[in-house]
Parts: sequence; structure tokens; C-alpha cells
Amino acid sequence: MEPRPKSFYVLGAFFALFLLFLYGPTITIAILSFQGPGGGLTFPMRGTSLHWFRDLFEQQAVGDIWGSFRRSFVLGLMVMVTTVVLSVMGGLAFRKRFRGAGVLFYLIITALVIPSILISLGVGLIFSQSGLNVHWSTSGFGAQLTWTLPFGLLIMFAVFNRFDKSYEEAARDLGATSWQTLRHVVLPIIGPSLIGVALFGFTLSYDEFARTLLTAGSYNTLPLEIFGMTTNVTTPVLYALGTLTTVFSLLMIGLFLCLALWSARRKARAGTDAGKGML
Amino acid sequence: MALPIMAVLVFFLVLPIAMIVVVSFWQATEFSIIPAFDFENYQFLFGSNVTYRVFLNTFKYALITWAFTLGIGFTVAYFLAFHVRSLTWQVVLFLLCTIPFWTSNIIRMISWIPFLGRNGIANSTLISWGVIDAPLDWLLFSDFAVILAFVHLYTLFMVVPIFNTMMRIDKSLIEAARDAGATGAQILWNVIIPLTKPGMMIGTIFVVTLVMGDFITVRFMSGSQSANVGRLISNDIALLAYPSASATAVVLLLTVLIVIGILLRFVDIRKEL
Repeated sequence: MEPRPKSFYVLGAFFALFLLFLYGPTITIAILSFQGPGGGLTFPMRGTSLHWFRDLFEQQAVGDIWGSFRRSFVLGLMVMVTTVVLSVMGGLAFRKRFRGAGVLFYLIITALVIPSILISLGVGLIFSQSGLNVHWSTSGFGAQLTWTLPFGLLIMFAVFNRFDKSYEEAARDLGATSWQTLRHVVLPIIGPSLIGVALFGFTLSYDEFARTLLTAGSYNTLPLEIFGMTTNVTTPVLYALGTLTTVFSLLMIGLFLCLALWSARRKARAGTDAGKGML
Repeated sequence: MALPIMAVLVFFLVLPIAMIVVVSFWQATEFSIIPAFDFENYQFLFGSNVTYRVFLNTFKYALITWAFTLGIGFTVAYFLAFHVRSLTWQVVLFLLCTIPFWTSNIIRMISWIPFLGRNGIANSTLISWGVIDAPLDWLLFSDFAVILAFVHLYTLFMVVPIFNTMMRIDKSLIEAARDAGATGAQILWNVIIPLTKPGMMIGTIFVVTLVMGDFITVRFMSGSQSANVGRLISNDIALLAYPSASATAVVLLLTVLIVIGILLRFVDIRKEL
């Protein structure tokens, strides 16, 4: 191997600084959430304690955090499942020409670039003017889908762009019905990418703020609750909550990544019988 | 097969936009909004100096953030794609760059408080180094903080598409350039940058639209001292002035769509996936 050029070390240092920039602040609030009971929002640490985490578990101290966490979690799962199913269907549809394909593609792009607050405002207006109640599981759910579906569909486009059609042809030649081809050939091959779509669906929903702002109704999701806290809570309890939900996000991301890795391995194992033939 | 996705988008994207356009012509009293058809909201919007200032401010944020995210994003992606040699390390480092995208933006904003506050890390470090005597006030709750947060939140929208296009550059092109006697800088300028343009365009679309449509970062990081169009809308909403919020929203949407329309002329998104 040729020796690394000098630019490698310069760029490497830049990259390290970038990572520090990305993660530094989050790590800082993680440390500060262990402030002693007398500590404030900045350094120095006045002792270390679990005081602020304990505060979180006392309902009266800070709003309805656990209720909002439950709602965000359920909503995240709902959005995740819907995103995966609809994205796969959309991705499959886009492999052939169909009427409205162009329109749908531009709608996807619009959904991606439209300022979130417009979705919030528009969906809120529709519900209020037609006498429906806004609720996180109806209006909030739909509003979040406009953010997760474009990502899901774009991932599916990328997946199907790289999909080798001869697998399907082989299945069809062997007499598989179109459902069997989908179930036993296409889905196993795109499986690992679907975990990626699920990751986007869940985490983007779980953290979404602007699109749920006017569409969640009287029961807050967690990001709304946290934002409410920023205006009236000036103790490290805010950091404790931030740390907990970030840890939760990281756990979910880790889980999804492990699942993706596992299913990619499984695919590699099950997808070929090379070397097992009888010679 | 595409019907469900179409249905969701029609109901939660097309109808809301239509509704906003309709309501932007309505009238508002203190307690309710009344169907009408007049241009009062638009007249007020375009007749006010605040509007122009706020739109200008929004473009300013978008432009500065774009410049920083593009510079940082390109450098990071370039390092990952051309200087990291093993695929495993590329994947690991790339994931490290993308993980924050899946965590909460609001918490990532909050996490700047201990850094930038009056008694925060930045100020106390600078004082202990003797660079400044008194804490700087403009670190938190200022335009500086807003831009910093934007760059912090959105740089990965540049890194991902640029890295994606860089990884698809045929390495033999670079070898050919080197064999033909090009220096590293020449390869970068004449081979890599032109081939990476689609990725930069996609990143630009993301960053520009996210910054232009934002209201929460500006509100939080400027301590409600600066305004962009998103905040104008959200302030109207808070006052229940939906018609005037809708008129501003329509103008914002048109502005964003025009910008995107221009940017899309330079890139075919479907080909780049």
C-alpha cells in the first residue's frame, strides 16, 4: 500500500473536529444532567447526583412526560409500519410506468421541501374547519407521514435502481406466481433496506416537532413537551430528560442497525448455495 | 400499488396547501375566521416593511448556512470517500456522521446552552486564555447562535448525498488523471468536483429548504430576537390570525418552490439515487 499523503492527516483532523462538533454538545448535557441538586444549567458541576433524573419520575415536577413518551412511542410505531408498507408498495409501483407517476413523484419532492409549519397549519385548518378534533393519532399521524414517506420512497427508489430483475425472471420461469415471486424472492432481497426505511419512519416520527405542533391536539408528544419545558424549566431536569430520550433514540438506532446487519448476513448465507453443490 | 401513498399525500399535503391558499383570502376577527375573498392579507403583507426585512433575513440565513454546510460537508465526504481506505471504516465513520440525524433536533439545540451561555464553556475558556476580559454576550441568543445551530443540525444533509455521489465516481478516472500528470489539487478541481455536483445540488436543496422553512431554530437560538418567515407565520398562528398566517405561508411556499425549481434544473434526482 502506498504511504498516506499529508492531506490525509489534515483532513483526518478536520473530520475528528467535525465529529466533536456533532457530538460534543450532546455529551456535555449528558454530563451536566448528573449535576448535584444545587447545580445550574452550565458548568461548574456542583457535585454529582441522580437528583434531576429522580425529578423526572415525579409526575408533578414537570408536566406529563411519561404520557407524552408513551404517545410518541406508539405514534412512532404507527408511522414506522405505515411508512414501510406504503413505501414498498410505492417503490414496486414505480418500477413500471403508471398514470400519475410523474405527478406522484413531484408530490413526493414537494412533501420533502415544503416548510413543515405549512403542513401543520394546513392540516390543523382542515380539521378545525370541518369540525374534526385534531389528535396525535389522526391529524398528527398523517402530518408526520408527509415527512417519513418521501424518505421511505426515495430509499426504495435507490434499492430498486440496483435490483437485478433476472432473479424475478428466474422465479417466474420456474413457475412462481407473482405473489410467490414477491414473497419469496423480492422481499427477502430488499429486506435489509426495509429495516432502514423502518429506522427512518420511527426516528423521524419520534423526534418530529414542527409537523405535530398544530396537529397533536390537547395531548402532547414528547418533542412538544420538551419544547414546552424550554420556556419555563431552567434546571438541569431539562438535560436529564434530553439525555434520557437521546439514549432511547440511540438504543433504537442501535437496534435497527443490528437488525440490518443481522438480516444482511442472513441474506448472504441463505441467498447462495455456492460451494454446496454436489460435484 | 401507488394508490395508498397517493391518498395520504392528497389528504395531508395537497388539501392542506389548498386550504391554506383558500384561507389566505379569508378575514379574521379577534375570535374567529370568516370565509371571504379579499386581498387584504396580501396587501398588508406586501405593504409592510417588516415583511421585506424578514424575507431578506431568511435568505441571509439560508445563504450563510449553505456556504458553511457545503464547505464542511464536502470536506468530510471527501475524506470519507477518498482517504479512508477500508469499506468497513467508511461505513462506520459514515454512520457516525448520520446518527445525530435520527435524534431530536430540539435536544441538539438545547445542548448548546452550556457551551454558549454567559457562563458557558466557550466564555470561560476564552477568559481563562486571556483572549477576552468579559464574557461575550453574542454567543447565545444571536444570529451567530442561529447559524451555528443550523450548521450543526443540517451539515449531514450535505455529507450524505455528496458522499453518495463520490462513492460512485469510477476510481480509474482519478488514476487516469494522475497518469496524465495532474496534481492532487487539479484532480480535485477538474475531476472530483464536477462529478460531485449532483450530490452538492441535492444537499443544497435539503439545506436551503430546511433553513427557509424553519421557525423553531430561529426562535430558540436567537432567544426570540431575530425573525425569519417561519417565525412570522408561527407568531400569527399563536395570535390565531390564521388568514394572515396563511397569506405569509403561501408567499413562503412560492418562494421555496421557485428556488427549488431553479435548483432542480441542474440535477435529475431520480437518476442520482
